[in-house]
Amino acid sequence: MHASARSPDWLRRSSSVTSGRGGAVAADWAGWVSRSWGPAAAMNFSEVFKLSSLLCKFSPDGKYLASCVQYRLVVRDANTLQICQLYTCLDQIQHIEWSADSLFILCALYKRGLVQVWSLEQPEWHCKIDEGSAGLVASCWSPDGRHILNTTEFHLRITVWSLCTKSVSYIKYPKACQQGITFTRDGRYLALAERRDCKDYVSILVCSDWQLLRHFDTDTQDLAGIEWAPNGCVLAAWDSCLEYKILLYSLDGRLLSTFCAYEWSLGIKSVAWSPSSQFLAVGSYDGKVRILNHVTWKMITEFGHPTTINNPKIVVYKEAEKSPPLVLGRLAFPPPRAAAGPLSSTESEYEVASVPVSLQTLKPAADRANPRIGIGALAFSPDNCFLATRSDSVPTAVWIWDIQKLRLLAVLEQLSAVRCFQWDPRQARLAICTGGGKVYLWSPAGCVSVQVPGEGERKRGCEQTRPRAEGESPSREAPFHKPQGRRVCALDWGPRRLASQARGSLPTC
Amino acid sequence: MGDWMTVTDPGLSSESKYISQYTSETKMSPSSLYSQQVLCSSIPLSKNVHSFFSAFCTEENIEQSISYLDQELTTFGFPSLYEESKGKETKRELNIVAVLNCMNELLVLQRKNLLAQENVETQNLKLGSDMDHLQNCYAKLKEQLETSRREMIGLQERDRQLQCKNRNLHQLLKNEKDEVQKLQNIIASRATQYNHDMKRKEREYNKLKERLHQLVMNKKDKKIAMEVLNYVGRADGKRGSWRTGKTEARNEDEMYKILLNDYEYRQKQILMENAELKKVLQQMKKEMISLLSPQKQKPRERADDSTGTVISDIEEDAGELSRESTWDLSCETVREQLTNSIRKQWRILKSHVEKLDNQVSKVHLEGFNDEDVISRQDHEQETEKLELEIQQCKEMIKTQQQLLQQQLATACDDDTTSLLRDCYLLEEKERLKEEWSLFKEQKKNFEKERRSFTEAAIRLGLERKAFEEERASWLKQQFLNMTTFDHQNSENVKLFSAFSGSSDWDNPTVHSRPRQKKPHGAPSGSPVCTSKLTKSLPASPSTSDFCQTRSCVSEYSSISVLNTAPEESKPNQVGRECTNQKWSVASRPDSQEGCCSGCSSTHADAHIEKDDLP
Repeated sequence: MHASARSPDWLRRSSSVTSGRGGAVAADWAGWVSRSWGPAAAMNFSEVFKLSSLLCKFSPDGKYLASCVQYRLVVRDANTLQICQLYTCLDQIQHIEWSADSLFILCALYKRGLVQVWSLEQPEWHCKIDEGSAGLVASCWSPDGRHILNTTEFHLRITVWSLCTKSVSYIKYPKACQQGITFTRDGRYLALAERRDCKDYVSILVCSDWQLLRHFDTDTQDLAGIEWAPNGCVLAAWDSCLEYKILLYSLDGRLLSTFCAYEWSLGIKSVAWSPSSQFLAVGSYDGKVRILNHVTWKMITEFGHPTTINNPKIVVYKEAEKSPPLVLGRLAFPPPRAAAGPLSSTESEYEVASVPVSLQTLKPAADRANPRIGIGALAFSPDNCFLATRSDSVPTAVWIWDIQKLRLLAVLEQLSAVRCFQWDPRQARLAICTGGGKVYLWSPAGCVSVQVPGEGERKRGCEQTRPRAEGESPSREAPFHKPQGRRVCALDWGPRRLASQARGSLPTC
Repeated sequence: MGDWMTVTDPGLSSESKYISQYTSETKMSPSSLYSQQVLCSSIPLSKNVHSFFSAFCTEENIEQSISYLDQELTTFGFPSLYEESKGKETKRELNIVAVLNCMNELLVLQRKNLLAQENVETQNLKLGSDMDHLQNCYAKLKEQLETSRREMIGLQERDRQLQCKNRNLHQLLKNEKDEVQKLQNIIASRATQYNHDMKRKEREYNKLKERLHQLVMNKKDKKIAMEVLNYVGRADGKRGSWRTGKTEARNEDEMYKILLNDYEYRQKQILMENAELKKVLQQMKKEMISLLSPQKQKPRERADDSTGTVISDIEEDAGELSRESTWDLSCETVREQLTNSIRKQWRILKSHVEKLDNQVSKVHLEGFNDEDVISRQDHEQETEKLELEIQQCKEMIKTQQQLLQQQLATACDDDTTSLLRDCYLLEEKERLKEEWSLFKEQKKNFEKERRSFTEAAIRLGLERKAFEEERASWLKQQFLNMTTFDHQNSENVKLFSAFSGSSDWDNPTVHSRPRQKKPHGAPSGSPVCTSKLTKSLPASPSTSDFCQTRSCVSEYSSISVLNTAPEESKPNQVGRECTNQKWSVASRPDSQEGCCSGCSSTHADAHIEKDDLP
C-alpha cells in the first residue's frame, strides 16, 4: 500500500496553472492522494528566483519575502511575488533579518563591520551602523524592532543601538556559546549568558530600557546554551556536552531544579520547550530524549531511538525511489537534461514498511570531536501533541512521537540524510528537508513527498515557514535556496487557493 | 538335553569315584578290582547292576562272596545273613529271609539314594545357574562402577577447570575493576588538569580581551557610529524614559507580576484539574453506592453477620455524601474521609466482584459439565425420538402408499368392486337405520325425563317461595308479638339478612381497607422518612422536605387514592412532581417493603441529582 504521494508531472509547471488544468489535475490526484490526505491536493510553485548565500526570509507577518542577490536586497510581495522594493547595500550581504513588526530589514555586512537597516514604509529612510575596528560577528533585532544588538569580534561586548534615540548601550562579557542570547516570547526580557572570572553567569535584562534585572551565576562548567520557556517564566540553561546537566531558573533568578541523567559521558545535544511550556525535551549524546515536566521538573519519560522497530503499532514510512514508467511513445531519443540529472529527476514515494524494520545506521568515528551520535534536532508540534526528533547516528530517519500517549508514533526513513525539519506553525504538519530536490510532509494522516521543480540542479534546503498573515486562511511557504543557481523557488500551499481559485491546493490534513 | 548331559556327567563320575574309593579302601573284596573297574566306567550304574552281580559271584566263590557280603552288611548295620549259630564250629546257615530283607532294604536305600541324588543334582544345577547369573551381575556392576568412577573423575576434572576459569574470571574482573578505577582516576585527573588549563587559558584570554577592549574602545574610534536619516518612533508609541530607581522598582514589580500571573494561572489549572478529579471521585462514589445498595437488601433479609457492618458503612457514606459541599473545602480531614470511604467501598466492591467471579466461574464450570452431559443425553434421546418418528412416518407413508395403491387398484376395476361395495352398503344402511331409530327413541326418553325434571324444579321453586313467604309471615308475627315499638328497625334488619348471601362478605372488606391503609400511608410512610432525614441531615431543610415530598409522591404512585399526605408538603410536591417522578418510580418497591432502607438510599441518590441539576 502506498500511503504516500508522488510528485506528479504537472508540478513541474510554473505556478500559472489555470483553473481548468487544476481541475483536471485534482481529479488525477484524487485517486491516490485521498488515501493519505483526504481531499484532492495540489501544491504550487513559483518561478525560480536568483539568490546568493542562501539569504531569503519571509517577513514575520507573512506579507513579504526578502532575498539577497550579492549586495542587493529584493523585497517581494509574498502573494503575488512582485518586487516591492529594491535596496542596495555597500557590500555583499551576509545576513538579513526582519524586525518583529515587519517594518525594517537589517542587513549585516560582517566583513566590513557594518549593519544597514532599511524601512519598508519609507524607502528613502536608511540607517547605517558601523562597528569600526571592534568588528562584527553577529547582529540581531531586539523584539521591539527598534534596537539592534551587535556582537563584536571576540565577543568583547554587545552593543545595543537604538533607532529611536541616540542612546547606545554596551553589554560586557557576553559568552561565546551555542545559544547565548534569548528573548522571552513576549519580548520583555533578554537573558544573556556571560563569562567572567572563569565562571558562567546569566544576566536578565529588561528590553524596554536595557536595565539589568537579575544577575546570577550558574552552576555549570561551561554553559552551552540558555532558552526561555514560551511562557517567559522559566529559563533552561544547559552545560556543554562534556557534562549532562540542565538547570532551570525562575525569572527572578531562583534555581528551580537541576537535572542530570547520567555522568561520565557526553551529555546534552539539543533542548526544546513544548509550546505550552509544559514539557522540556532534552536530547543527548546517548541517543535518547528525556522529557521533563513543569511541575516537579522530573523526568516523565525517556524516548530511546532503537534502530530496529518491532512494534507493529508504529508506522514506518520508507521513501522509495520510483523509476518513471517507461512508455515507448514518450521516450525521447536524446534524453532531456532534466531526466539525465542526478537527483531531481527521480521521483520518490513513501511506502509503509512492514515491521520489523531496521534503519540504516551510521557508525560514528569515536576518535573525532563532535561525533555523529545523539539527538541532533528536536521540535514540538504547535499543538503540543507531537515531537519530531532526529538521531544523528541514523541520519536518514525522523522519529515522530505521540506526546499524549508518550510513545513512538511513526518513523520516516528518507533516502538521504535529513537536514532539517520544521512544524507548520498552525497545525500538526511537519516539513522535512533532505537537501535533495524534494520536500517531504508528514501529518497524522500520512505523508507525501513533493518534487520541487528545478532543472537538474541540486538544492540545498533550509526552509522556513511563513507565519500566517493576519486573518488569512493558513498558508505556508518554504523557500528553497540553491547555491549555484541563485534562484529561489517558493512553495506555497493552502486551501485558500483551492477554495477560491481551484488553483493550487494541498489539503489540510 | 545335550547340556544336561555334559553338566551332569562330571558330577556323576566324581561321585562314583568317591564311592568306589570308599569301597576299595575299606574292603578287601576279592572282586574289588572288578568292582572298581565297573564303577570307574562311565556307564550308568543301574544298567550294569546285573552284569556286575553276575561277575561278582561265580560258582566257585559263593561261600566267599556270601561271607563277604555278610561282613559288609554287618558293618553297615544290617542283620547278619547267617542264622544264629547254635554252637561253635557249626557251619552257619545262610538265612534266606535275612538275605531277602537285606536285599529289600538295600533296594529301598538305593532308591532313596537315587532320589536324593537327583535332588542334589537339580539343586546343583540351580546353584550353578544362580552362580552364573550372579557372576554376570557382578561383572556388570563392576563395569558400571568403573564407568561411574570414570565419569566422576571427568566431572571432577571439569569442576576443577571451571573453578579455575572462575578464578581467572574473578581475577580478570578484579583487573578490569582496577582498570576502571584507574581510568576513572585518569579521567578525573585529566578533567582537573583540563579545567585548570582551561581556566589559565581563559584568564589569559580575558586579559587579552581586556587589553583589546581598552585598545579598541578607548581609542575614540570615530568609525563607531550610527548614521540615521531620522529617528523612528518607538513601537509602542511612548517615549523612552530615564533610568531611575523608580524604573528599576517598576521593573521588579512587573517581573513579580508576571511571575505571580504565571503561578496563578498554574494554580488555577491545578485547581481545575483537582475539581475534575473530585468530580470523578464523586461520580465513582455515587456509582459505587448505587451499585452496592441494592445488594444490601438481600443480605438483610438473610442473616447479616458480615455484611451488616458494610451496610452501616454505606449508610454512613450516604449521609456523608449529603455533606459533599464540604468537599470543596479540601481540608485534610475531609480528604482523608473521602479517600478512606472510597477505599473501603472499593474493597467491598472488589471482594464482591471477586465473589461473583468465583461464583460465575464455578457455575459456569458446573453448568458446562452438566450441560454437556445433559445435552448428550438429550441428544441421544432426541435422536432416538426422531428416529422413532421417522420410523412412524415411514410406516405411515407406507400405509398411505398401500392405501393409495389399493384405491388405485380398486379404481381400476371399478365395475366389479362397485357392485360389491353396493351390497356392503345396503347391509350397513339397514344396520344404521336400526341404530338410528334406537337412538331416537332414547332421545325421546331423555327429553321426557328432562321435562319432568324441570317441572319438578319449578315446583320446588314455587314451594320454596311459598315457604319463604310463610317464614316471613311467621317472623313478622313473632316480631309483632315480641316488640311493638321498633317496627322499622326490625324491617331493616330483616332486609339486611335477606341480602345475606353476597353482601355479607363484601362489606367488611370495604370498611376495613381504609382502616388498614391509613396507618400504612400516613405513619409508616412520611414520618419514617423524615425521621431518617433528620438523622442524616441535620442542617438541610430543603432536602428534608424534598424527601417528604418524595415519599408522598411515592405513596401517590403506589396507592392511587391518597388522602393522608401531609398538608404542608402539597405545594412543594406540585412544583417538583416532574423531577421527582422518576425517583418515585425507582423507589417504589423499596418504599413498600422496607421503607427505611429504601428511603435512605433513594434520598442519597436524590440529593446527588439535585446538586447536579442547577
